[in-house]
Amino acid sequence: MSLKQKTLDLLKRREQVQMGGGEQAIEKQKAIGKLTARERVLAILDKESFHEYDLFVEHEARDFGMATKVLHGDGVITGTGTIYGAPICIYAQDFTVAGGSLGYSHARKITKIMDHALKMRVPLIGINDSGGARIQEGVNSLAGYGEIFFRNTLSSGVIPQLSVILGPCAGGAVYSPALTDFVFVVDNISKMFITGPEVIKTVLGEEISMEELGGARVHSEVTGSAHFFANSEVECFDQIKKLITFIPWNNGQKARPFPPKEPKSGFNIEKIVPSDPSQPYDVRDVIRAIADDSDFFEVQADFARNIVIGFGRINGETIGFVANQPMVLAGVLDCDSSDKAARFIRYCDAFNVPLVTLEDLPGYLPGVDQEHAGVIRHGAKILYSYSEATVPKITVILRKAYGGGYIAMNSRHLRADFVFAWPSAEIAVMGPEGAANIIFRKEIMEAENPDAMRKLKVEEYKEKFANPYVAAAKGYIDTVIEPKETRKLLMHAIEVSKNKNDGRPKKKHGIPPF
Amino acid sequence: MEKKVKLDTLCIGGTNYKTTLTAKFINRKQWEPYNPKLIKAYIPGNILKIFVKEGQKVKQGTKLLLLEAMKMKNLVEAPVSGIVKTIHVKEGVMVPKNELLIEIE
Repeated sequence: MSLKQKTLDLLKRREQVQMGGGEQAIEKQKAIGKLTARERVLAILDKESFHEYDLFVEHEARDFGMATKVLHGDGVITGTGTIYGAPICIYAQDFTVAGGSLGYSHARKITKIMDHALKMRVPLIGINDSGGARIQEGVNSLAGYGEIFFRNTLSSGVIPQLSVILGPCAGGAVYSPALTDFVFVVDNISKMFITGPEVIKTVLGEEISMEELGGARVHSEVTGSAHFFANSEVECFDQIKKLITFIPWNNGQKARPFPPKEPKSGFNIEKIVPSDPSQPYDVRDVIRAIADDSDFFEVQADFARNIVIGFGRINGETIGFVANQPMVLAGVLDCDSSDKAARFIRYCDAFNVPLVTLEDLPGYLPGVDQEHAGVIRHGAKILYSYSEATVPKITVILRKAYGGGYIAMNSRHLRADFVFAWPSAEIAVMGPEGAANIIFRKEIMEAENPDAMRKLKVEEYKEKFANPYVAAAKGYIDTVIEPKETRKLLMHAIEVSKNKNDGRPKKKHGIPPF
Repeated sequence: MEKKVKLDTLCIGGTNYKTTLTAKFINRKQWEPYNPKLIKAYIPGNILKIFVKEGQKVKQGTKLLLLEAMKMKNLVEAPVSGIVKTIHVKEGVMVPKNELLIEIE
């Protein structure tokens, strides 16, 4: 054979394997509104940037009639490419090949590209669309999962790991996404659960649909296992690409800067926050009034909405925003919101993203359900992650900063680098009503008109303590600022924090209140 | 910039805050003190066998029923002595978690 003939032979072989599970299977995939694995990879990566490896890998299973079965690529596509020029390692399970089931060779292809990503210090994207373990391959398939989980853990905090759930992802398989940094789900397509509806029905007699049990909405709103919800695969790919622009390629770098841009004129920072601390507003508008181009890329937008987390830029540099949301549950901290914020803070710290905290909260959510759900250990996570973080940390106290909430939200005491307060800030051990009731209990009880006396004392307390100046007098906050100065001061604070060098005692690892 | 949304009130530390509530918060489980006289399914499962009848006297430790769950036959015993007031389930039925099975007087 001449080289030309051999090349033609290569192209023929390639074409054959690239058909995956064949036309029929592809048609089936399309019929339920899903793209194929290859289409997905090509849509996520820059045009013509994808290079595939291990295309000709075959499975080695011999039992249960597997010896004669040909599974193209063993049900997974792996390779490298770029997103807006950023180098990416990627794998996509191909549901058209044996239901995307994970056999030994399939797993080996995945672990190979994972090893590559870690060695090259580039982000890893995994597209999950698989029926689960390939039963015919028995314990080999379990070994494959274990090897993947181990590498997910190894890479955690070194390279960004993104999981995209574009089909079923059930049983042990869900633990790979759970170990990665960001999980993307698509309505009606993504399904994640440990035990499926069938098992639940036969064992426990509870009837539930796959969608209700572990659909995209459930994981975005209830469990918090997903970080980005999209209505279509295309929308999901746009989210992935956008996220990649905000984060660095590895933990040894900073995110690439963008050309700075002023916030849009529609967001007037002086008109968003009502001065009455019991009135709500959408804190995301404050972020948009501060961030470059008013662009705020929210993470876990539908889960524990009483706290807002996400990425934006200030003066071109990526910033991780953490903000109490007075619009939902008065912005309290509770189990879920502490979990949500703590993990994000650790992400930003691991990947050199400065943190800006916008504070306005009445404290922790009271209730038996919260106490019994472990708000002590969940709430502790936020203290732990702020204390542990050594990236530049800046806090702006917009209004309320009461009690434990004040300490938790990146206070000076947890080593905030800068704490600014608006004149509307109220930094106190608790809200005026509660405080007055305790401090002036005797006066109120003994008064002829206790209600009138209570009102008087609340006013008195408000006057004296519900302001930023008591904390400013002690140096707990650095300065009281005009709301309109916020962006300018944040820009300055980030600028002067550029070479921040702050350490923590050397240790194998801490013991965070998981 | 604010869209019109219906606001609820949430009281924290004596102050009533105007805000919205989440479904998770609204649907949170109300706490009930433990009542040993109400025998509830501590795990969802299948009522395999009932050993007692209504009106029967039971002592603490009397076998009440077998609750089969996760392939295990779990023996449910009377936590207190008394009289079986009502049996709310039949043999062979599936019960969800926390379903009331037997009341003791």
